[in-house]
Amino acid sequence: MGRYKPIIGLEIHVQLSTKTKAFCNCTADVFELEPNTAICPVCTGQPGALPVPSVEMFELGVKLATALNCKINEYSRFDRKNYFYPDLPKGYQITQFFYPLAENGWLLVNGKRIRIRRIHLEEDAGKLLHAGDSITEAEYSLVDMNRCGIPLAEIVTEPDIESPEEARIFMEKLRTILRYLGVSTGDMEKGALRCDANISVLDTQTGKQSNKVEVKNMNSFKFVEKALEYEFDRIVGLMEKGEHVERETRGWNLSTKTTVSMRSKEEAHDYRYFPEPDIPPVILTREFIENVKKTIGELPDARIERFVREYGLNEKEASILVEEKAVADFYEEVVKKTNAPRETANWFLTEYFRLMGEHGTSELKVTAETFAELFELLKQGTISRNIAKEVFQESVLSGKSPRVIVEEKGLRQIDDAKELEKIVQQVLEANPQQVEAFKKGKEGLFSFFVGQVMKETKGKANPKTVNEILNKYLRGS
Amino acid sequence: MILTKEGFRKMTLKEALEYPSKEELVSLSLSVIEEQDTKLNAFIYVNKEAGTGIPIGIKDNINIHGLPTTCASRILKNYVATFDATVIKKLRKAGFAFVGKTNLDEFAMGASTEYSAFGPTRNPHDLERVAGGSSGGSAAAVASGEVIISLGSDTGGSIRQPAAFCGVVGFKPTYGLVSRYGLVAFASSLDQIGPIAKTVEDAALLMNIIAGRDEHDATTVNREIDFTKFIGRKINGLKIAVAKQSFSEGVEDGIKEKTEEFVRFIEQEGNEVDVVDIPELKYVVATYYIIAPAEVSSNLARFDGVKYGLRLSGKSLQDLYKNTRGSGFGEEVRRRILIGTFTLSAAYYDAYFEKAQKVRRLIANKLNELFETYDFIVTPTSPVTAFKVGSVSDPMVYYLMDIFTIPANLAGLPAISIPFGKVGHLPIGIQLMGPRFSDAKLLGFADCLFRTTHSQEVR
Repeated sequence: MGRYKPIIGLEIHVQLSTKTKAFCNCTADVFELEPNTAICPVCTGQPGALPVPSVEMFELGVKLATALNCKINEYSRFDRKNYFYPDLPKGYQITQFFYPLAENGWLLVNGKRIRIRRIHLEEDAGKLLHAGDSITEAEYSLVDMNRCGIPLAEIVTEPDIESPEEARIFMEKLRTILRYLGVSTGDMEKGALRCDANISVLDTQTGKQSNKVEVKNMNSFKFVEKALEYEFDRIVGLMEKGEHVERETRGWNLSTKTTVSMRSKEEAHDYRYFPEPDIPPVILTREFIENVKKTIGELPDARIERFVREYGLNEKEASILVEEKAVADFYEEVVKKTNAPRETANWFLTEYFRLMGEHGTSELKVTAETFAELFELLKQGTISRNIAKEVFQESVLSGKSPRVIVEEKGLRQIDDAKELEKIVQQVLEANPQQVEAFKKGKEGLFSFFVGQVMKETKGKANPKTVNEILNKYLRGS
Repeated sequence: MILTKEGFRKMTLKEALEYPSKEELVSLSLSVIEEQDTKLNAFIYVNKEAGTGIPIGIKDNINIHGLPTTCASRILKNYVATFDATVIKKLRKAGFAFVGKTNLDEFAMGASTEYSAFGPTRNPHDLERVAGGSSGGSAAAVASGEVIISLGSDTGGSIRQPAAFCGVVGFKPTYGLVSRYGLVAFASSLDQIGPIAKTVEDAALLMNIIAGRDEHDATTVNREIDFTKFIGRKINGLKIAVAKQSFSEGVEDGIKEKTEEFVRFIEQEGNEVDVVDIPELKYVVATYYIIAPAEVSSNLARFDGVKYGLRLSGKSLQDLYKNTRGSGFGEEVRRRILIGTFTLSAAYYDAYFEKAQKVRRLIANKLNELFETYDFIVTPTSPVTAFKVGSVSDPMVYYLMDIFTIPANLAGLPAISIPFGKVGHLPIGIQLMGPRFSDAKLLGFADCLFRTTHSQEVR
């Protein structure tokens, strides 16, 4: 670590995967819906409409707060955050300012506790579509209110994050937890998980700390790291020149890969928070909280530990398998059938992950049965390991069972010693010079002959048998 | 059976419910409105296609699907409601016909209906005078017999004071008994819908229809109350507190005298009465005029020219807001939005809003304490009788008129105004206030007194 040290805190918004919106019965699953088709008098702020909080929002909130080791407040209240903007139909956002859902938690990142200051529930705003290249040039703007009222959990961390990389890892780890809990899709690109950061820089030689800068618009894990790296360098540059670091809000600009000033603190809003009079305080009973906690399954860290213990994997392998809940679930399903956790993990970490990367998970027609059959074919010696890879790829892409593929394509391993002997003889006859060289001591040529046999048999020859025959012919043993 | 217009004008809800040919009632109502309303201006909108049923007037801040809801404001002049308020759904089911939307002070902010963008409502007892407010249209419509009964809303006295001015009954239920869903919010923590009626019994009958927990209003409570339980009974032997402030400076002499007369009357009826000093009354107006405008500043933010209602565009988004809200809202509404924006701002929140919330609790505590000793608290409904249109211009004078009605809103209590004779030619109202959820008993006691003074039969 050099002379300058970044001090980073995050403000994260998580769209909760509830069935309904936070305060009305509209569906909360609005992704890719036609604009303004999932709306009602409540979420469009019609005169006379009133908000009624959903219980499900609290259930998901309590799950999240529990996973982040927070203290859950039994007395929870909503407040109004007042400001004017066309995507905010009521002219205020219902949020929790004075009495948040939960406080004082932490998340372990690389063995270090990042403290969570608070988690509170609130509603999302709508979306604006500007008729023009930018908001300033647009002649008019359109408002889509589908997103209005979708429940959000806002997570605020303490400024415990010490590098842009750590910020990214925190976000990735959070996403994994969100998916494990089933409280959010955690998709940053789709806006289901959003991150703003506060960064200041400490000069460790002088002990001086710069003003705090808020960075917004970082809509991918990569950009969280990139934007904070850029911002850190920018602030350090100013400090080195002895210049003033403005207390301001800056946005990450994707095309220039820089941060751009959005507004200074002098322009900051006064949100005039006050208790939401339309919703009485929500008292979460101990019983409610305990019942929700009971529905939380195994969390990622615990699962990694178990994979290491139960399946004999190393921590790195376990972490990779556990990261996506669906993958880890599938892995365990496969292990149940194959009874070979180590071998299964190898196949997952190499072939299966490669195919997922190349084709996308949704394209793959793979079941636990695919693995079970493949392993069986290998065990019986019906196919070689190399052929197995080929069979696996085809099975996963076509949905055909490995056994069928082996039969159809005649990929069955040639194990017939007589047949192989014939081929070995052919190979030796075709390569007299190499045979000569081998016999003069060029032992390394052995694998050349194996390769030639494999080539002749299109890889179907049982390598063990080929070895034996070649040994007999070349070494006379 | 043919009902005359005069007969209709006096008809109570109780009679109307039993009247066999409901078609007659709507056409009679519409023809009385046609005859009376050019001078009264009780209605902002008359619904010629009201259908069949018991004609009821609905304050024009309550949504009826497909009809305008203007809140007597320019900003909502063209707004048509997209859904029925919960009370409207219930009334529809019970066979009521919505003959029109009644006039009010803009967004229910006022005490005279003079702050309506569509002109003041006149008092049926004296056309030069105001009908009170903010539910002035609803009170005048009932008093003049344009409708059988009407709905008002009460945030600081808006049902009770116009009822008093017009010589009819106005009831504000315990906060949470009637759904506010579909009532355009003024101050959410204080607003409550209630009936304006010709008799106390009618008010109780209507309460049985409109009250009840509503899944669309989180502030409603689940209480099974039969509001007519004590109607028509002889009720006495109660302990009644009369606020000493009923006789203090600022209360018109005629009203003081009528209040004294009322005290003697309830004593004669067999109740024990004490005059009780309630010093907290000194703070109710100040407390109310911090809390209510704060909520106003937020509740009225949705009228921004973006989604519905008036839109006056400009060069920028800021201009759109300024133009629309600047000319869409009237002076009193703008004043309250500004006061509320100020008292909620970060620098003043503790000094004003937070402190007012504390005083609100103190006032409620004091009243609840009194109800440990007394069944009900009596005051005049208003310190003044109906004044002449245009005669009051100082907002402070207006605000101070709410001194007796505000406490029930701050503490969420039920309160009723019943007519008790006249000072000169102008009716006066007496207010009875009870503890939370004492609504049925309060209506019963008020009914008993009302019957005695109006020579109705008591069993």
